[in-house]
Amino acid sequence: MTRSRPRRLAFTVGHRAIIVFFTLFAIFPFYWMVVTSFKQNSDLYVGASNTQHNPFVFNQPPTLDHLRTLFGQTLYVTWLFNTLFVGVLVVAITLLLAVPAAYSLARLTGRWGEHLSIGIFLTYLVPSTLLFIPFSRLVSLIGLQNSIWSLVVIYPTFTVPFCTWLLMGFFKTLPREVEESAMVDGCSRVGAIWRVVLPLAVPGILTVVIFAMTLVIQEFVYGLTFISSVQKMTVSVGIPVALVRGDVYYWGSLMAACLITSVPLAILYNFFLDRFIAGFTVGAIK
Amino acid sequence: MLAPALAYILLLVGVPFLLALVLSVTNSSAGSLDVSFVGLQNFRAVVKSPVFLRALRNTFVFTFVSQLLVIVMGNILARALMKKFLGKSLVRFLILLPWAAPISLATLGWLWIFDSTFSVINWVLKVVGYFGPGQWYFWLGDTTLGMIAIITIHVWRMLPFSTVILLAGLSSIPSEVHEAADIDGAGPLAKAFQVTLPMMLPILSVAVLFGVVFTFTDMSVVYLLTRGGPYNSTHVLASLAFQDGVLGGDVGRGAAIALFLLPVLVVLAVVMLRISRRAEVV
Repeated sequence: MTRSRPRRLAFTVGHRAIIVFFTLFAIFPFYWMVVTSFKQNSDLYVGASNTQHNPFVFNQPPTLDHLRTLFGQTLYVTWLFNTLFVGVLVVAITLLLAVPAAYSLARLTGRWGEHLSIGIFLTYLVPSTLLFIPFSRLVSLIGLQNSIWSLVVIYPTFTVPFCTWLLMGFFKTLPREVEESAMVDGCSRVGAIWRVVLPLAVPGILTVVIFAMTLVIQEFVYGLTFISSVQKMTVSVGIPVALVRGDVYYWGSLMAACLITSVPLAILYNFFLDRFIAGFTVGAIK
Repeated sequence: MLAPALAYILLLVGVPFLLALVLSVTNSSAGSLDVSFVGLQNFRAVVKSPVFLRALRNTFVFTFVSQLLVIVMGNILARALMKKFLGKSLVRFLILLPWAAPISLATLGWLWIFDSTFSVINWVLKVVGYFGPGQWYFWLGDTTLGMIAIITIHVWRMLPFSTVILLAGLSSIPSEVHEAADIDGAGPLAKAFQVTLPMMLPILSVAVLFGVVFTFTDMSVVYLLTRGGPYNSTHVLASLAFQDGVLGGDVGRGAAIALFLLPVLVVLAVVMLRISRRAEVV
């Protein structure tokens, strides 16, 4: 099948056009965040009806004012610390619950194991928007309303199912013989898991740590529902809720905050993308 | 070793879920401890409310339109990404950005793009001469434009997700299959519809189902972009449940509204189970 030269050229041009179009669509809001973060206010707040003023480029020299405002006069750094605090604890809880569960599910044979693992995965699909109302009741019942600990307790409800599912796929790729031979050599089962299986599972566990962390950073609904004090918020809630004072939007600092929070996450995601896809498509790809 | 995880899930997913059912048949409200059983009164009041019916319709419209666009665009993009070209890994990284960014922050970015005075979209429309004199789009102050804005964000966010999943599916088709189709004389269209599509069906349904679940149950986009406005015309079930149940303090009503998400989720879960079981057999 040889195609004629003009036709091949047309295919290549069409292909590049598709790639360029979709890439621009994906990155435009981020480009817009960059431009907004570093523009002077007099360059930023020119009405869009002024066709002489091109908003896509810097018409005046860039400025770091918005970054100074963000780090100096807002609680952004506090929110980052809150997020890290919640994130580290949630990751720890997630690992404590998900690693043993995933290992047992991976080694459990027969119908029961299969049903249980699918059941665990389905709980990941129970959305926060279905549960936030009963949770707000339960949270005030145990006296955690407006406390960062409410997030520590509740965030594992979505990290544990997802991470168990991901890790289960990972443990299944480790052959049973690994721990059996360790047990023949005199290890107990727990010892075999601790000394042989876990070291082999480090890449899988690292993936889970990253995903649990990103899920915590991205979460918005529970944070919005349970936390009312500005200084106790996480980044995903603090930026949209508390950086907007009344009707006044400090777009420069706002966009800088969005940018600084999103980009590192995106880079991390990219490294672990293939495992992430594997987690979602278990069973559908052979 | 399974017990701690199961206990946690039963306690913190199972119990709240049951509580959601219980609250929906009570007159529970945020300020008082007085709770009494009111039967289906919340549901009856809710289905008579025009705002609720509008939100119910919006939820389906947003989900259906955005996921249809995502699947069409995702297939085009995934096919384009199957080819080798210079800078492919960079393109893959950039295309993934919308999915990795926290949704609340990404929506803020869009809020600025759709700003009534400073919208860059309006600037472009004016410069290219699309706007007549005095014409202007108030993106978030108009029902139709607001709905377009919301759908745009959903498409933008879910497209990377569907694309990477479809890409995984495309790459899992062995090249022998295509070669065999070539030998049998199949053209590109026949190959797309008689070879690739049937083989992609399980993975395609996975992408669609997750896309539907995430879009159908989302409240962040609507809450941050339009707050359901103008005049409650762009609400979805989740954002309306938040407005009535949390901000308005009518817990019973909020719980009842949120429960309308459930039937669709159950159907989706069943379909997903079917697919995973069939894939296991093949």
